[in-house]
Amino acid sequence: MSKAVLMQGNEAAVEGAIAAGMRFFAGYPITPSTEIAEQSALRLPQMGGKFIQMEDEISSIAAVLGASVAGMKAMTATSGPGFSLMQENIGYGVMAEIPCVIIDVQRCGPSTGLATSPSQGDYMQAKWGTHGDHPVIALSPSSVLETYTLIIRAFNLSEKYRTPVIFLMDEIVGHMREGVELPNPNDLIINRRKMSFHDGANKECYYVPEGKYVPAMKPFGQGERYNITGLAHDVSGFPVNSNEIADKLVTRLLDKVEKNVDNIVRVEEYLMDDAETAIVCFGGTARAAMDAVNAARAQGRKVGLFRPITVWPFPEKKLLARLPQLKNILMVEHNHGQMLLEVQRVTRCEKPVHFLGRVDGTVISPDDILAKLNEMEDTNHAE
Amino acid sequence: MSKRYEMRFAGSGGQGVILASVIIAEAAVIAGLNTVQSQAYGPEARGGVSKAETVLSCDKIWYSKVTRPNFLLALTQASLDTYTRELAEGAVVMMDDGLNCPADLDPARVISVPILQTAKEKVGKAFTANIVAVGAINRALRLFSDKDLMEGVKRHIPAGTEEINQKALAEGAALISDAQAEAFAQTIG
Repeated sequence: MSKAVLMQGNEAAVEGAIAAGMRFFAGYPITPSTEIAEQSALRLPQMGGKFIQMEDEISSIAAVLGASVAGMKAMTATSGPGFSLMQENIGYGVMAEIPCVIIDVQRCGPSTGLATSPSQGDYMQAKWGTHGDHPVIALSPSSVLETYTLIIRAFNLSEKYRTPVIFLMDEIVGHMREGVELPNPNDLIINRRKMSFHDGANKECYYVPEGKYVPAMKPFGQGERYNITGLAHDVSGFPVNSNEIADKLVTRLLDKVEKNVDNIVRVEEYLMDDAETAIVCFGGTARAAMDAVNAARAQGRKVGLFRPITVWPFPEKKLLARLPQLKNILMVEHNHGQMLLEVQRVTRCEKPVHFLGRVDGTVISPDDILAKLNEMEDTNHAE
Repeated sequence: MSKRYEMRFAGSGGQGVILASVIIAEAAVIAGLNTVQSQAYGPEARGGVSKAETVLSCDKIWYSKVTRPNFLLALTQASLDTYTRELAEGAVVMMDDGLNCPADLDPARVISVPILQTAKEKVGKAFTANIVAVGAINRALRLFSDKDLMEGVKRHIPAGTEEINQKALAEGAALISDAQAEAFAQTIG
């Protein structure tokens, strides 16, 4: 008998989070993320953790931030409408440098939209949903097994860079079941870097040594008082109105991600070495693209898949490295063209960038992608 | 089984077609096959059309959805009428015998059996219709051993209900004649 078990993407997210050390979940159930709350409610008490069903998504993210400050690895999960409600406090988490993971299992919007249908319409919201200049790390899995391993990475990045990480799932992967054998995660876990109470000169809670970007976390609620705020603040955590300090703070927050972008960005490249056409595709949509690449290859066409796993920051260096060999690019996503804007920006449209998108709640199939590839070929011949 | 085998399970919300699809997928995992299972349904908890899909293959499965089913289970007239339009060539259709068979279906590829009635009268619980269907499907298509299938069922039912589910599987299998089992097992590559 095989050791594999049948597991849903949403369940794998919880198992991966628990493996990463998540012991606090606060959320408000919403399709298609509900199984994450259900599974957390079942599993966390078994692990000595806490599950709270909150009254809404605003309080959910607030509870998660509070739990994280108090020392727990914490997570919430939602879908579009709830993700919108969480935005203000996501910004608070960025400004106050509070690690946590926010899962958005995307469904069709805007508003309550099509509750049970897949979408990737929150891609830009994941970057720009909260106001002000801020860093964002967002990861998007394509399979049940990858959901498990990648959410462990989401927690690691969150702890390493002290920032909320968006785990951008979609209904396709969230509700899909596959047979998986979960790997042993023990080697993969990064734990919180804590500041000692007695570090002498270094005891200010947002102290960062010269040339570094991320302050260690100072234990909160354990004897020594310090301040946490969403206002611009100095190293003591107290609000200041100094333009110089505000500039230094926001620049450092952005630098945490920008200066480490090569460590944060990951892509999967499939049959890209000799590819003349790159299909750019992420999340559950990439599964149709994989079949389309294989089918196109069987017809002798040089097509490859470029799949951002880190979707924010967008993997621009890696795409640019492929640009010279390409004749054209096809962006495929379940929205009206969001990652498309990044592809156009990064490539400066030096090669034709084609687009296949959908917002009707149905799933883009391999045949749809092949038809689009044929259409692109006809266009080339016409030129 | 080397190539992709696509199965669709359709009915009304609450009939358990999603669970039937999940159990087939679970048995496939136990048997060492690759499988991907998914579903589509409306926002209602009961009623509305409910559709679940299981893809089986010896190869890696990427695209998770069913486009041309090789097998269709239909428990309501609406789902039967809707989904017979998209069948693959040579597809097998299993339908409850209380439904009207669409005229364009090849009778040699249709298994019309009293799934709902068997659950209600022979097993004694209407809600076991999905397990009756799973028993009939496995007997007709010879997908898995009885042991693997029962293990698949056990992983998805409440403790203490093993006996009635075992009975539902057996009653479902009994709906398929030896001749049918011989004929339809040939339809899987």
